[in-house]
Amino acid sequence: MVVELFLDLLSQPCRALFIFAKKNNIPFEFKHVELIKGQHLSEEFGKVNVLKKVPALKDGTFTLAESIAILLYLRRKFNTPDHWYPSDLRKRARVDEYLSWQHTAIREKGCRIFFTKVLMPLAVGQPFSPDKLEEAVKEMNFTLVQFEEKFLQDKPFIVGSEISLADLVAIVELMQHDPNFLGCKRFADRPKLAAWRSRGEEAVGKELFQEAHKQVLNAKSLGSMQLSSELKEHLKQILK
Amino acid sequence: MLTGRMALELYLDLISPPCRAVYIFAKKNNICFEFKPVELFKGQQHTEEFAKVKILKKVPVLKDGVFTLAESTAILLYLSRKYNTPDHWYSSDLQKRARVDEYLSWHHNSFRRIAPKTLWIKVLIPLFTGQAAPPEKLQEVIDELAASLVQFEEKFLQDKPFIMGSEISLADLMAVVELMQPVGVGCHIFADRPKLAAWRSRVEEAVGKELFQEAHEQILNIKELSSIEVEPKLKELLAPTLMKMLK
Repeated sequence: MVVELFLDLLSQPCRALFIFAKKNNIPFEFKHVELIKGQHLSEEFGKVNVLKKVPALKDGTFTLAESIAILLYLRRKFNTPDHWYPSDLRKRARVDEYLSWQHTAIREKGCRIFFTKVLMPLAVGQPFSPDKLEEAVKEMNFTLVQFEEKFLQDKPFIVGSEISLADLVAIVELMQHDPNFLGCKRFADRPKLAAWRSRGEEAVGKELFQEAHKQVLNAKSLGSMQLSSELKEHLKQILK
Repeated sequence: MLTGRMALELYLDLISPPCRAVYIFAKKNNICFEFKPVELFKGQQHTEEFAKVKILKKVPVLKDGVFTLAESTAILLYLSRKYNTPDHWYSSDLQKRARVDEYLSWHHNSFRRIAPKTLWIKVLIPLFTGQAAPPEKLQEVIDELAASLVQFEEKFLQDKPFIMGSEISLADLMAVVELMQPVGVGCHIFADRPKLAAWRSRVEEAVGKELFQEAHEQILNIKELSSIEVEPKLKELLAPTLMKMLK
């Protein structure tokens, strides 16, 4: 029985999983959960993940939520190459450190930008607030400085010379803010970050990387997304 | 006596829940370490000396020789591996371990994000600004925490003794220390939640009551904190964050 991955490639953590599984030739069934149609809020999906979020994994009767947990599970189960999560004690600790920090740093700030610029306007039918976006971008910029100073420094990747889960999780988050998409010029102003992202893309494989990001890079179609009414209501609740 | 070998150093302030998790874990597993106190409310985490150890200016921090490490989850995992602690803390079983990882991930945006706000609103904002926070702010936080507690019981704890199953793990430790924060400031979240209260007792017993109480002495005697003098520079530094919390 093949592992089932419940994904929507609009979601950054879903892309990390998709890329990781494909890159490592892990056989899986792609179960599309369309976020804009509110499919993650359904009772049926709730049986897979009671937290009603993507990504989720189903391996026989075993279900698992949280992208970090799923990445680590797949890594162990399918015994992927060491560089993804090095067996060296200290290198592994560095990956853990990033994977922990990123929740309330790049992931949180990144989601706020996406929310403010794309989702909120779609939910309430009004243009985004420039002040709120500016605030969100400011926080993201601060976080990116921390990222460069503390995690990346002058190394090719976060843990040294090879790509790891840390880089993968970071890159997909920052791709939500690719200049092609949100016009926030994340990479344009930061040559070090841009170089790291290129290395990441190459390590993953350009074709796979582009495939995973096709949807989120299509700015036109994103701007004209039709959110389901259920999802709109759900988002409005969060906004309160 | 100098042995020429540098001791493991843990930079901690036991007011901080993740520091308590690291402290309890190290002590419970008889890991030798040098306790380096960092008094957050004296602004010590902003000093240059601490900055050498830790660019992110947060506790806890581990220093093992020249190797420094931040983030409590990373520190706990590092210690569990280096000191080969009993399997139940981070099970070698694939699916059980996944459950612990799952909790540790979810934790960041739930208990870790929400529970500390009770301390800020009830104690720290008055301490720093000289004014009480509006009561509706506290209620907001309590409601948010309540929603998280429901998810915790439904998804993570269910009807098991501990998150992973029959034994305590890193997941329970991280959860319980965070939930002691509201308790310390008088939000009795365990009072009308028997399942949760029973789980907390089990965790306390598994850790050892004496160690548990020792780690929580400061947070449970928060009145002492309310009378300390806060560094003026620190007040200035944290003012914007505080104002944001009140919005």
